[in-house]
Amino acid sequence: MNPVVPLLEVRAITKRYGAVTANEGVDLSLRGGEVHALLGENGAGKSTLSKVIYGFTRPDSGELFLEGQPVVFPSPREARAAGIGMVFQNFMLIPALSVAENIALFLADLPPVFRLKAVGRQIREFGERFGLVVDPSATVRQLAVGDLQKVEILKLLLGRARVLIFDEPTKVLAPHEATALFQVFAALKAEGYAILFITHKLREVLACADRITVMRQGRVQGGFGPGEATVEALVSMMFGEQDLAGRPDPEAPTSPPPSSRPTLELRGASSPGTGSETALKGLDLSIRAGEIVGVAGVSGSGQKELGDLILGLRPLSAGSKWFCGVDASHWSIARMREGGVAFVPEDPLVMAAVPGMSVRENLVLGTGRRYWMDVRIDWRRLEAAMGQSFRALAFPVPRLDPPMGALSGGTLQRVVIAREMAHAPTLVVALYPTRGLDVRSTTSVRDLLRRARDGGSGILLISEDLEELAEMSDRLLVLYGGALVGDFPRGQWQVEEVGHLMTGSKETVHG
Amino acid sequence: MAESRLAARKDAPALRVVLRYAAICAVALALFAAVLLVAGKDPLKAYADTFRSTLSSAYGLSELLVRMTPLLLTAVAVALPSRLGLINVGGEGQLYMGAWLATAGVLLFPAWPRWLLLPFAALLGFLGGALWAAIPGVLRAARLVNETIATLLLNYVAPLIISYSIFGPWRAEGSSAYPQSPAFPEAAQLPTFFDTRIHAGFLLALVALLAYWLLLEKTRWGVDMRAIGGNPEAAQRLGIPVATWVVVALAIGGGFAGLAGMGEVMGVHGRLRQSLSPGFGFTGFLISWLAGGRPLGILFMAFLLAIITSAGDTLQITQGLPYAVVNILLALILFLVLARQPLRGGAK
Ligand SMILES: Nc1ncnc2c1ncn2[C@@H]1O[C@H](COP(=O)(O)OP(=O)(O)OP(=O)(O)O)[C@@H](O)[C@H]1O
Ligand SMILES: [Mg+2]
Repeated sequence: MNPVVPLLEVRAITKRYGAVTANEGVDLSLRGGEVHALLGENGAGKSTLSKVIYGFTRPDSGELFLEGQPVVFPSPREARAAGIGMVFQNFMLIPALSVAENIALFLADLPPVFRLKAVGRQIREFGERFGLVVDPSATVRQLAVGDLQKVEILKLLLGRARVLIFDEPTKVLAPHEATALFQVFAALKAEGYAILFITHKLREVLACADRITVMRQGRVQGGFGPGEATVEALVSMMFGEQDLAGRPDPEAPTSPPPSSRPTLELRGASSPGTGSETALKGLDLSIRAGEIVGVAGVSGSGQKELGDLILGLRPLSAGSKWFCGVDASHWSIARMREGGVAFVPEDPLVMAAVPGMSVRENLVLGTGRRYWMDVRIDWRRLEAAMGQSFRALAFPVPRLDPPMGALSGGTLQRVVIAREMAHAPTLVVALYPTRGLDVRSTTSVRDLLRRARDGGSGILLISEDLEELAEMSDRLLVLYGGALVGDFPRGQWQVEEVGHLMTGSKETVHG
Repeated sequence: MAESRLAARKDAPALRVVLRYAAICAVALALFAAVLLVAGKDPLKAYADTFRSTLSSAYGLSELLVRMTPLLLTAVAVALPSRLGLINVGGEGQLYMGAWLATAGVLLFPAWPRWLLLPFAALLGFLGGALWAAIPGVLRAARLVNETIATLLLNYVAPLIISYSIFGPWRAEGSSAYPQSPAFPEAAQLPTFFDTRIHAGFLLALVALLAYWLLLEKTRWGVDMRAIGGNPEAAQRLGIPVATWVVVALAIGGGFAGLAGMGEVMGVHGRLRQSLSPGFGFTGFLISWLAGGRPLGILFMAFLLAIITSAGDTLQITQGLPYAVVNILLALILFLVLARQPLRGGAK
């Protein structure tokens, strides 16, 4: 492998969507045996660039070179044939089929009659070589997120990809799964694969990237070679110097204003789990006004189910739910929302937005009767209120006419947050709220949750990011297997201990 | 690409859409001409005959509008639920039940004055279709039966109810060979215009189309309904009463189909008959589907399909071809529309 000629090079890529320039004159080169990190704020054009490389999007201008030779990819099929693979965020696997069948389906050169055993053998072989161990005969439906990702990577490796593109692969991973992914990166690197790694987590970049390219507003802002980058340098390149000033100090002591009034209370609340859901077992929990209650747990411990139970989406099989001192065990979602419950979801495109409707129409969804004007909606009043909410959050106001589905991942999340926070909620249920947000937006969301807390909202923060929980929580609960196994006031927990509780290797603790 | 498809649906100007469908129809007509040639008929003469019997005379045109009336209404009956992601294939049955309930009203109160009887019977027509469609709606909302299957199966039940009524309690005296209800009183006949058979139902159909558009695009209810169609999970999480809307949308749709049935008995036949509809409900489904639920598209497609189904009658008389040959033409159009659509799936 010649290290001087890059495996893949893009030159002067420009891609416009109407008035928006997603990429402008972007140059990038990927070398074999290197992890190349691509950084940039939400909407900087990272996903667009990766889709261009993968042949999913045709650039307006610019060229691609594969080992020095110019290439054109009219569609992903050609890109795949040329050895380019992409791991998508929403995994494209068929749940009912086994791992081996899913991978076999993807392989282009498979004969019409093939031996699944042979594929299985190859899966094992690659799995051991790169730390991607999965059981080829397991049904995909049963796999955890981290394993699904392994299957996606194996698919590409068996399909003989040399260039692997990862668009925010760690967004859905628990910390230990992310660490495992970086070990896979290292193994792939050692065998000469080229990796393009998109993320918002600077720590990850510093931990595993050889070279770093930073994008801003569609352009390449600059880059770093091995060992050159620091958090400060990256942040200032991503956002420009001026933006750093307003960052709050995460170490600032925060003491919850004393309040005795619980906003939300669960008393022995249980809920059955069907299929892949986790049953909730006798939860006792209270969220007071002016308090952030963090919930830690590894994925699949019942986080989503807990959120749904509070939102009124899930029935209680035992126990009760109290909202502002009133029995709300049987309230509908609409009634809970009317009462002032806001929901910041993990995956807005699935849980809280309609991709085919305009941003403006999405902003009115779930606002109850606030913007009703006879049989219509008072769009002017809505726009004014939402504009204000965007400004209060220090988010840029997006264009309101395009369909929601055309927004970048982070912008979409910001739109949903702005809508949910627009009406001074009494209770905020935040399910992985900073997933997919860039550093600046992450800071402003955390800041916003704190401000909402200081303004008297009760906040339930469900997260897998222990650092986030440590920084934010006034109280920390640990969820394991659908039950609460730990309850600590601020400053009284050790990461070690919480980690053990999260994985079930220690008995229940109430600090 | 999912995104560009979305954009196409939202942004394509109506005129472009109409032109595109016109082009598709032209190709379909050319292919159908080949079919006629193979069958040993003269396609030019066939088209000329059709043209003469439909578009070239005031009478022909007026008959087209008469035929369009139930087609428009049954198309809206399909289009409205489709915006919530519901597939209503029960337009035919809903049409029958609208006709049935309207007839019941007329036969019960034949002596009522016209100004009272007409709106009353129209209301019953709407109700008949609405209640009939609400059955699959409730079953679907309760997650018991898929609405496609339920609406389809109810199509087979509705004509039986009509049969029972006209063979039994409503049978007209002296019509032993051909069972039908007694003729409606003068007061129960929809007003007609310009000395043709165009009846007030046509205006009603245009109003229904307009109402459908206003409801979906201009009201807050429309936002809720489209949200359900666009992402049912998000709609539910945002507190939109999905189950209620499922029932309501199917019921309103069925109500429009019921109005079509009412129009046929009170505007065209003047009595309830078994042979009320030569499949208007099914053609309406096709229209809504071809038009992608767009109001102007529905208008255009209803006009076109009215011509095509009239062509069936014409060819039967002038060329001795079975009426069913128009099904070949319909299938060709459907095929071309399908072929033009980008394949679903792809990379994302
Ligand atoms: N199909 C599209 N139609 C219109 N605009 C688009 C489309 N795809 C992307 N854009 C716009 O292009 C810009 C870049 O989007 P892109 O998805 O590449 O950002 P990103 O860097 O991946 O951001 P994030 O970190 O939030 O995922 C955004 O302003 C986005 O709204
Ligand atoms: Mg992105």
